[in-house]
Amino acid sequence: MHRRGVGAGAIAKKKLAEAKYKERGTVLAEDQIVQMSKQLETFKSNLEEFASKHKQEIRKNSQFRVQFQEMCATIGVDPLASGKGFWSEMLGVGDFYYELGVQIIEVCLALKHRNGGLITLDELHQRVLKGRGKYAQDVSQDDLVRAIKKLKVMGNGFGMIPVGGSYLVQSVPAELNMDHTVVLQLAE
Amino acid sequence: MDRFSWSNGLLEINETLVIQQRGVRLYDGDDKAKLEVGVALLSTHRLIWRDGKNNDCCLAIPLSQIIFFEEQAAGIGKSAKIVIHLHPSPPNKEPGPYQNSKFSYIKLSFKEHGQIEFYRRLTEEMIQKRWENTPSSQPISTGTGSQAGRTRAVGIVGIERKIEEKRKETDKNISEAFEDLSKLMVKAKEMVELSRSIANKIKDKQGDITEDETIRFKSYLLSMGIANPVTRETHGSGTHYHMQLAKQLGDMLQAPLEERGGMMALTEVYCLVNRARGMELLSPEDLLNACKMFESLKLPLRLRVFDSGVMVVQLESHSEEEMIASALDNVTEKGSLTAEEFAKLLGLSVLLSKERLLLAEKMGHLCRDDSVEGLRFYANCF
Repeated sequence: MHRRGVGAGAIAKKKLAEAKYKERGTVLAEDQIVQMSKQLETFKSNLEEFASKHKQEIRKNSQFRVQFQEMCATIGVDPLASGKGFWSEMLGVGDFYYELGVQIIEVCLALKHRNGGLITLDELHQRVLKGRGKYAQDVSQDDLVRAIKKLKVMGNGFGMIPVGGSYLVQSVPAELNMDHTVVLQLAE
Repeated sequence: MDRFSWSNGLLEINETLVIQQRGVRLYDGDDKAKLEVGVALLSTHRLIWRDGKNNDCCLAIPLSQIIFFEEQAAGIGKSAKIVIHLHPSPPNKEPGPYQNSKFSYIKLSFKEHGQIEFYRRLTEEMIQKRWENTPSSQPISTGTGSQAGRTRAVGIVGIERKIEEKRKETDKNISEAFEDLSKLMVKAKEMVELSRSIANKIKDKQGDITEDETIRFKSYLLSMGIANPVTRETHGSGTHYHMQLAKQLGDMLQAPLEERGGMMALTEVYCLVNRARGMELLSPEDLLNACKMFESLKLPLRLRVFDSGVMVVQLESHSEEEMIASALDNVTEKGSLTAEEFAKLLGLSVLLSKERLLLAEKMGHLCRDDSVEGLRFYANCF
């Protein structure tokens, strides 16, 4: 019977495996997890420092937000994935976009009976800005697009249809077939 | 406080604004000055203070009057302060708010913080002594007639310079921010590489990873915002955070769900929860991941995905048959119904009422009449 993980024999075996791995220059996953934990701590303090200097920049400057998002995308990080993520907690990017998401949903719901769930990005932008009030942070259309992308996760039919130079934002899960889409684009 | 002179607060040609901070109260020595809270401005030449509410009330003192200054740390109920010790006034000093004072020092009390930066800039200016390089006239007094004309012209130029300064400062800040951001991203990229390596190892089962370590790893990925490539049977994509969230949602959503007939679209839930939170909002993914855990945590809620892709949260006690039976009743009563009519009848959202009708249709109780006028449902007589 070949059993693993029990007794002195197993410990010895593990030590042997570790040694062999080290010999070959590969590192065990557990060791890497420990390493990651340390690196994470360092990263967190770097991020804190960054946040203390530049947090305002992200809130105030939409161009900076675009750059930031693009850089994150390049390296494979989604700063909006979770409200519990570092980016969200320390830079406050999360709250900015999640709140925007709520505002977008509310505007779309309010107008759905009139436009059937389709609204131009321009109109959405105008109405969201109006809803936010004059003391709130300015938002760009890029911000809206990113917030909408996140909303898609909730399976509610939020989508964007390219029309002309801009987009139509769809907030109902109707499937627009090819005919509909062409008509919409021609109507531009 | 008797060193200050009344001023109109406008900067002169060679004078530039270094930093300003609101929420500052002046102290004459250790006593609060008979002034309100205002804005403290530091220029290359002077220290200026302006009343927060009354912009006409403005004082200034040349930086050359400062002997030395120090920080006074904040205490319980006390704001942080900068104590500034001053030379005696020159004989030709313009009149100010105080004729005389027994103190030769003043304090700036920072009620809205900002003292660190202010102190730093003041130190810089006192070292550089830029007022000595750029010959400026005496502090401009609130003159009359012809003097006023001169003052106004300088004022506009001063304002323009202020704007230019601010723009340059903003630009500088942004490029500095971008630099710092790039450095940060390099480090983040390393983390991503490392996490990929770990994920691969877990997949290939190199080394024994314990449950705990897996959970820890997942929470690291969550913190960094790295997509989780490792899906474990036991915990799915959730983490402890999501489990807690799921429990919170279980409590929070009971009442709203009952009010709405046992079902709410996930977007509605998102808005409801985030509006209630106000801060530290949930991401859509957080919400989704938490809802996915309802079943395994034995909470009385369920996440349900309809064929159309609509996601809802519904009470477990919500019975499907009941829903369909009531839909059928309503339709037969009215002869036929569209989704909008049904929604009005039940007080549900159009989206959900449509889903109900579709479900009833799927079960064979209703059939549809899909025309140009819209989608109508009839009882199924076939």
